[in-house]
Amino acid sequence: MTDTAAQPTRLLDLANPTRFLSLAGTLLPWLAGLSALVLAAGLYMSVNAPDDYQQGMTVKIMFIHVPFAWLSMMCYTLMAASSVGTLVWRHPLADVSAKAAAPIGAAFTALALITGSLWGKPMWGTWWVWDARLTSVFVLFLMYLGIIALSRALDDPAKSARAAAVLTLVGFINIPIIKFSVDWWNTLHQPASVLRAGGSAIDPTLLRPLLVMALGFTLLFFTLHMMAMRNEIWRRRVIAMRRMAARRADEKGEEA
Amino acid sequence: MNHLAFVLSSYGVSLVVLLGLVAWLLIDQRAQRTELQRLEAQGIRRRSQKAQKP
Repeated sequence: MTDTAAQPTRLLDLANPTRFLSLAGTLLPWLAGLSALVLAAGLYMSVNAPDDYQQGMTVKIMFIHVPFAWLSMMCYTLMAASSVGTLVWRHPLADVSAKAAAPIGAAFTALALITGSLWGKPMWGTWWVWDARLTSVFVLFLMYLGIIALSRALDDPAKSARAAAVLTLVGFINIPIIKFSVDWWNTLHQPASVLRAGGSAIDPTLLRPLLVMALGFTLLFFTLHMMAMRNEIWRRRVIAMRRMAARRADEKGEEA
Repeated sequence: MNHLAFVLSSYGVSLVVLLGLVAWLLIDQRAQRTELQRLEAQGIRRRSQKAQKP
């Protein structure tokens, strides 16, 4: 009885902002070091990977373009899960997580678009086409910008958090559209070639560096997200303490 | 532009954006830490900090 009653308390303790700060302080150096190590290994493997028989050396763009595209969707999915935490449980860390992730997700999406464009020009003969995959990822980028603006639009962080959470959840419909756009519509973009029924269509000599780079960028994402969450918690503490200072100054003024 | 230029541009832009992101987070971290220390030095405590102290 005692154990089952104590369990939720322990889980909530872990998600406490103060506990999070101490956890982040311990984990961040290791996570950053591991990200750098895996990315260095991935970069070494990418440089030494053979050229593709059709695409030549431009296939090396795949080693960064694909992880950026995956992470742009994973980041939005994380924000959608955090938004559920904000709206249903009103957990303070859920809002912090969503707000901190948005600029990082926007950066990864912008990089997916830019590197895709730089890969498209030599392979497709064009920098950009308004086809389903490219357009839906561009919409994702605009969604990120909208969420960043909305989460910073109101003075009361709790109010803007709820509004941004609703917008994030509405925008989540775009994630399956991005994923399946290459199957549902006729697009210039190739269909899924790594995560697909029947196994990967990519040769192992190119798949291995891609997976190592994907792991490295995923670790980097979580490192940056943890840093951004810690900054956001500190920012809220600064705001709370400034209010206390203003109230104290006000009280002193009245006494005098 | 030859293929090498496209590859180098992709990696170059990615490096610049990611380094910019890291720099922004580190600058923000420094700013928040400095401000917290300044406020704490003035004797300002949050309500939860006050509650912990007897």
